[in-house]
Formats: sequence, C-alpha cells, structure tokens
Amino acid sequence: MSTSNTSFDVNKIRSDFPILSRQVNGCPLIYFDNAATSQKPQQVIDAIVHYYQNYNANIHRGVHALSQEATDAYEKARRTLQTHFNAPKAADIIMTSGTTHAINLVASGFTPFLTKDDEILVSALEHHSNIVPWQMLCERTGAQLQVIPMTQDGTLDMSAYSKLLNNKTKLVFVNHVSNTLGTINPIEQIITAAHQVGANVLVDGAQACSHIQVDVQALDVDFYVASAHKMCGPTGVGMLYGKTELLEKLPPYQGGGEMISEVTFEQTTYAELPHKFEAGTPNIAGGIAFGAAVDYLNQIGLDRIAQYENELLQYASSALSKLEGLKIYGTTENKTAVISFNIGDIHPYDIGVLLDKMGIAVRTGQHCTQPIMDFYGIPGTVRASFAFYNTRTEIDLFVAALKKATMMLT
Amino acid sequence: MSSIQDIQNEIVEEFGLFDDWMQRYEYMIELGKSLPLINSEDKNDNLLIKGCQSKLWLKADMKNNKIVFTADSEAIITKGIIAILIRVFSNHSPTSILAANTNFIDEIGLKEHLSPTRANGLASMINQMKYYALAYQSKQNS
Repeated sequence: MSTSNTSFDVNKIRSDFPILSRQVNGCPLIYFDNAATSQKPQQVIDAIVHYYQNYNANIHRGVHALSQEATDAYEKARRTLQTHFNAPKAADIIMTSGTTHAINLVASGFTPFLTKDDEILVSALEHHSNIVPWQMLCERTGAQLQVIPMTQDGTLDMSAYSKLLNNKTKLVFVNHVSNTLGTINPIEQIITAAHQVGANVLVDGAQACSHIQVDVQALDVDFYVASAHKMCGPTGVGMLYGKTELLEKLPPYQGGGEMISEVTFEQTTYAELPHKFEAGTPNIAGGIAFGAAVDYLNQIGLDRIAQYENELLQYASSALSKLEGLKIYGTTENKTAVISFNIGDIHPYDIGVLLDKMGIAVRTGQHCTQPIMDFYGIPGTVRASFAFYNTRTEIDLFVAALKKATMMLT
Repeated sequence: MSSIQDIQNEIVEEFGLFDDWMQRYEYMIELGKSLPLINSEDKNDNLLIKGCQSKLWLKADMKNNKIVFTADSEAIITKGIIAILIRVFSNHSPTSILAANTNFIDEIGLKEHLSPTRANGLASMINQMKYYALAYQSKQNS
C-alpha cells in the first residue's frame, strides 16, 4: 500500500488490526466508517483478554490479590486518561459508559441549578445525543434552548454566537468535531466567550479525541467528554472530565454501590470524586482497555496521526471532486478526515448498499444529525471517514467503486 | 392466475440466471425504475413505513376481494425490493397473503436485506403487507 509519508509506516500499523485482513462479500474489507467506531488493535484486544484470563475481580473493595491487581490496573487507566487530557487530578476523570452517558450525567446534574429565566446554547452541528439531553433539561427546568446557527460551509456562525450569549446564558454545549461534516469547531473561542458571561461549557469530544491532542487545562473547558470506541478502544466505556468544583457541585447521577461512603436507612453520605458518579460495578475490562487504547494512540503520536489522516483527506477530496455530480457537504479547511457527500440525486442508501457489495463500509443516512440534513434540505449523505490505518490505495478502490455504483444507478 | 408460490418460483428461476451480485442488483434497479408511480397525494405520513433510511410509502387497496399494493421510495434499490414483493403479493386474497411463506428471499440472495440493521429491511415491508392483509381480512369477516 502506498503512502507519501515515509515516516508513517501504515503497513506496520495495519498489521496491528486483525480485522483489516478479513474479506467482506468476497472483497478485501475497506473500512471507511471510522467516525461511527474505530477498529481495535491487537494491543487493546490483548488488554481485555489478559484481564479476564489473569486478574478478573471486582474492584475497589476486595482485600484479595486479584481485586487489588484489577483495581490497580483500572486506576492506572484513569491516570493514563488524566495525563493524556492533562486533567489536574485523576479524580476529575469520571469513567462512564460512553459520551452519551457522560452528557446525560452533566445535563441531569444541572437540573437543580436552572430556572425558567436561564438559557442554554447548543450548536446546530450537534449529534442527537447532544441535543436531546438538553431539551430534556429544559423541559425539567423551564430554561430556554437556543441554537448557534451554522453556515453553508458547515462552520458555526460565530458572530451569531456572540449575539446569543448574555448574562442569562448558563450552559453552552458544542462538539469539538462534527460527526457528520468533520468541521473542527473553534472551541477555545467558544469557551472564552462563554466564560465572559459566566456560562459553563461542555465539549463533546467523541469525534475529536482520535485525531486531536486535547489539553483540558489549556482550553479551560468546564466539561469534556469522550468515548473509548472511537479511539481504538472498546465499546461501552467513555469518560467525563469536569473541573473539580463543578463535579463537587453536581448531585450524583445514579444511586448504587461504589458511590456511597456511608448508608443508613435515614441517610446516605456520598463518596468522594470520582466514585460519587460511578455507581455499581464499572466496565472494568473496558476501562483498562481504554487506557491501552490511549497508550496505543500515543505510541504512534496524535500529531502524526492527524498529519497522515489529513493527507488522506486531501487525496480523497481531490479524487472525489473529479466525479461528476458529486457534492461535498462541510467544506471548511479546518476539518478532520470525514467526507459527507451525495452524487446527483442518487439516494445515499443506494450507494451504501452497492459499496457494501464491493467490501466497502461507509455510513449512509442522517448520521443522527437531522438538523444538519434539514439545513441542507437533503435526506441524508454518504459519509466516508478515514483513520490512520487507511491507505491511498483504498481510496483509489473506493473512487472506482463509486464510479461503478453511479453507473449502475443512473 | 398464478399462485403466490408460482410467482415466487418464477422469480427464483429468473434470479438463477444471474452470475453475480452486479447482475442481480442491476435487475433490481431496473425493477425499481419500472415500478408504477403512486399518486403524490398518497405519499403521506400515513402510508410511510417508519424507521427506514429512505422513505418508503406502501398503499393497499381492495379490488374484487384481492389486495392491490402500490408503493414508492426515494431509493431505487428499495423500490426494486418492494417491486419484487408487489409482484409476489399483489392481486391476491388476504387469506393467501397471510398464509404465504417468504422462503424465496433466501434463494434469490437477498437475505442480507432481512437483517434488522438494514434500515430499509425487507422484513418491515413484508410485515406491513401482512398487516394490511390482516386488516382487510378482519374487515371481510366482520
């Protein structure tokens, strides 16, 4: 497989991912659905297997050796995340089941602090999972939900954002990277402006963390959430970073074991952070493997990953733009390796089905972002999202397959 | 008039002539293109099969004790699939539609469309056709 970046040995990287050698419908798998979930390297798979084979035990309360080893490994993973995101304390990292869980935890936690006079801002580029929890929060509190509009090229209208901010604004929610269009949002600017009116900001990093190095202290972000499975880690685990004082202020999200320090039938005292938000037995293997995934990404280097993926993006964008009738949605320069497009008036579903017959996995439809589809007035798009284990050769095959599908469909 | 089973056998025979998936899908795309259009006023939410990635409208009318199905979809492959189902089930009595099996789908290589992950699943189309048949049957019996 060819690559222009000689320092980046994509073949060696590909050999870490067992799934990439399989066939689909008689063709070698070409996996371009990385924005939905990434594939997993052997190192992550091994971390899961190693845990179950050697030290499976419940954590945080056992006095026996296995429990101690499992607790150590789980807490080591938390410290890996702390270091990776540059959180001040390991206890600022709450392990969750994923981004959606983390967002709901914060949205639910703000219920006692909002009234009908307050406003919440959410961006027009959001995934449904970052819209619905805030709508529910508004229903519970009477607060008003306002939308930061987007422009034709798929970026946020920052002047409209400035106008929307006022002293009633209590919370701002924005994704770091749009899952549908790949747009990288100017979160530094968004955070600074929000703080000037005293609002807190939650950034959904689900689509960003496998491409962009995030420093929560440099950003001065109040809450940052991520999912392991988009970062070469397993499904069912994610994290919430929150500033200590905010996490201490929010009430617990779920009741159960682990999250209490003392229980009588009259009263319960909640545990310290992070355990206050980690009721019940967590996804231990998942948490440990999340740490392994972050180690894996860091071993390659997020800067190198981003550079290589950007080369793939430029290569694919240029090849695709030569196809007749192909229109790309989300055309800002500042984007991750995601291309959302349609060809003429062909329905994205038809293209997705035919690409699948040729072994190519893309996502078709609305990508859980109906407001973006309504903005462009389209039923959906085909979305090809690249990862650092994809190659130019795969993109060539993809373009050829698209030509074939278009011919069949017109 | 051929029975549902006869029509299914015919379709299996036709698909048997194709060598590869491309020919099968090209045929389905042709079927999709030739599906008679339904009236635009019938493309309303009442006739929409919910949860599909491409919109699919399915209408059932009773004529001479037989159900006549018409359909449309935004996606051409979905139209092709529903065209096959219409060929199988349209112009039959509610009772025979309800009694019919759908084994032919396996045999023509479209089983993948039965998976629940297929947003335009064959399964929901067949269910909807059978629901219509059940509704008309109850109406006849009442």
